Amino acid sequence: MEILMATVIAVLTSCGVYLLLRGRTFPIILGLTLLTYGVNLFIFISGRLNPGSSTIIGVGEQYADPLPQALVLTAIVISFAMTAFVLVLALRARAELGNDHVDGRNSVEDVKS
Amino acid sequence: MSHLAIAPVLIPLLTGILLLLGTGRPLVIQRSISFLSILAQVAVAAALIIGAAGGEITVYALGNWAPPFGIVLVVDRLSALMVFTTVVLAFFSLWYAVRGNDTPADSLHSVVHFLLMGVNGAFLTGDLFNLFVFFEVLLIASYTLLLHGGGAARIKSGLHYVLLNLAGSSLFLLAAAILYGVTGTLNMADMAVKVANATPEQTPLLTAGALLLLVVFGLKAAMVPLYFWLPRAYASASAPVAAMFCIMTKIGLYAIIRVYSLVFGSEAGELANIAQPFLWPLALITLALGATGALAARELRLQIAYLVVVSVGTLLAGIALNNVQALSATLYYLVHSTWICGALFLLADLIMRQRGATADRIITGPAVRQAVKLGGLFFIAAAAIIGMPPLSGFVGKLMILSAAQTDQQTFWLWAILLLASFVMITALSRSGSTLFWRTENRVAKADKADRGALLAVISMLSLALVLSVAGDPVVRFTEALAQQTLTPSLYIDAVLSHETLSGAHTGGAHD
Repeated sequence: MEILMATVIAVLTSCGVYLLLRGRTFPIILGLTLLTYGVNLFIFISGRLNPGSSTIIGVGEQYADPLPQALVLTAIVISFAMTAFVLVLALRARAELGNDHVDGRNSVEDVKS
Repeated sequence: MSHLAIAPVLIPLLTGILLLLGTGRPLVIQRSISFLSILAQVAVAAALIIGAAGGEITVYALGNWAPPFGIVLVVDRLSALMVFTTVVLAFFSLWYAVRGNDTPADSLHSVVHFLLMGVNGAFLTGDLFNLFVFFEVLLIASYTLLLHGGGAARIKSGLHYVLLNLAGSSLFLLAAAILYGVTGTLNMADMAVKVANATPEQTPLLTAGALLLLVVFGLKAAMVPLYFWLPRAYASASAPVAAMFCIMTKIGLYAIIRVYSLVFGSEAGELANIAQPFLWPLALITLALGATGALAARELRLQIAYLVVVSVGTLLAGIALNNVQALSATLYYLVHSTWICGALFLLADLIMRQRGATADRIITGPAVRQAVKLGGLFFIAAAAIIGMPPLSGFVGKLMILSAAQTDQQTFWLWAILLLASFVMITALSRSGSTLFWRTENRVAKADKADRGALLAVISMLSLALVLSVAGDPVVRFTEALAQQTLTPSLYIDAVLSHETLSGAHTGGAHD
């Protein structure tokens, strides 16, 4: 379970960082989304992995930490709202600058190819 | 228990909602609500400062949950001073904005108040995750403000700003999750206790969390190498927004001071003073690069934005020195630079409106219509920001310089700070002489500067004089503040020994 979670977070984060370093707005936003997925999973497991246990003290022998679950909900809501905002902003930038490059103009390599 | 501590968050929140509902209503209504609210906030912030001046640390437990389990707001000297600096800056920005920058439909007032809610909350909160939430509140407001007025340049720099800050938010969450995973708490006072008693196995993870946080705060504070978003963003924002944004870098600086004096401060055992060795060289590089940028800038607003970077470098150096005298000087300089940079952005807007198509480019153009008045103000503002006597910049810089203790510190700080000041003099006198003296033989067709707007700039600049004339009480306050901040046990004891209200559930037994 630990290895599975760690691998999933690592893949999500590395893909996110790779896409984040691209030059056009759409891959960057996808990258940010993947990165926030990785981060959200990371917050979720910061209360340790306790499969099958409830978040109430006294019900079973083990209980799961409820706080990271509350934190991750907050983080999901915020990142969702931010993604919506940045998508609209990217569309607006595409319309205003006539280009979807983050600098508003194609780089030299883009023009060559 | 007094509810004053939460007022700086609640007042702008309610005002923001009220103004949002009134979008499209006559400006006079929007403006009066906005002004009543900001005046109330100034009054509350002044009351907080007076309350905190004696050294008492007020803890406000939200929902009456006992710390460390609930979220707490903490008012000590540092947070009270930061809130006061913010609302005074906002007051003048709004004052300037009502002289021609706001329209009934664009909800400028409403967004400014949401920004204030986030900023004040970030200064007051005693909880790490809550700090993240307030950061997001102020960021989403700042995204909207930055795009205020539209236009391709704003969209482009706004896109950079938004994307960078979203990546920064992810890092903040990672750091918070690491610290929570190791210490099991998010309350900063409780975390400080846990960090001080950390076992050797926990230390590497805590170090990773602490330094990730430094990256996040460094991005907010515009520290090298994370400042590249700042100059373009500030230079393209509308004037009242750019002035308001002078507080944005200070939020990062505040977070650095708070976290690395409290959680990873002098009493943090193995992790004590973890950030300072990184801060010192980065501060000096920021200082040098900011000054170089100011010299190279071809537009006045871009130049002022680089001056913001210079002030960030100066302040970071003060924080890195990590002694009472240096922190006191840093806080004094922080208040000064926030207000004066704000005034400079407003003044730059007045100047560029009178230069026709040349706008704020530092090239020969038509003569400014009110050259004597605006030129005189520019001279005073430049003297204040460079740090010439008798204005407050001089006092602040002198205090920071004299706070260097070891020979090596003295050597690097004096050399770079004084050289940067010299570069600033060169840059600002070049732009001043080009803007006002090296002009074409005609005057641009422009309206005279609005009296109200001019008065806002003049009163803001006079704060520099107030800060230096009233230097003695201000410095005594910042010294007490530094003493309090660098003794984290005061803060920790105040928060952890906080007693919740008994019998509150039986019905409204407040105070």
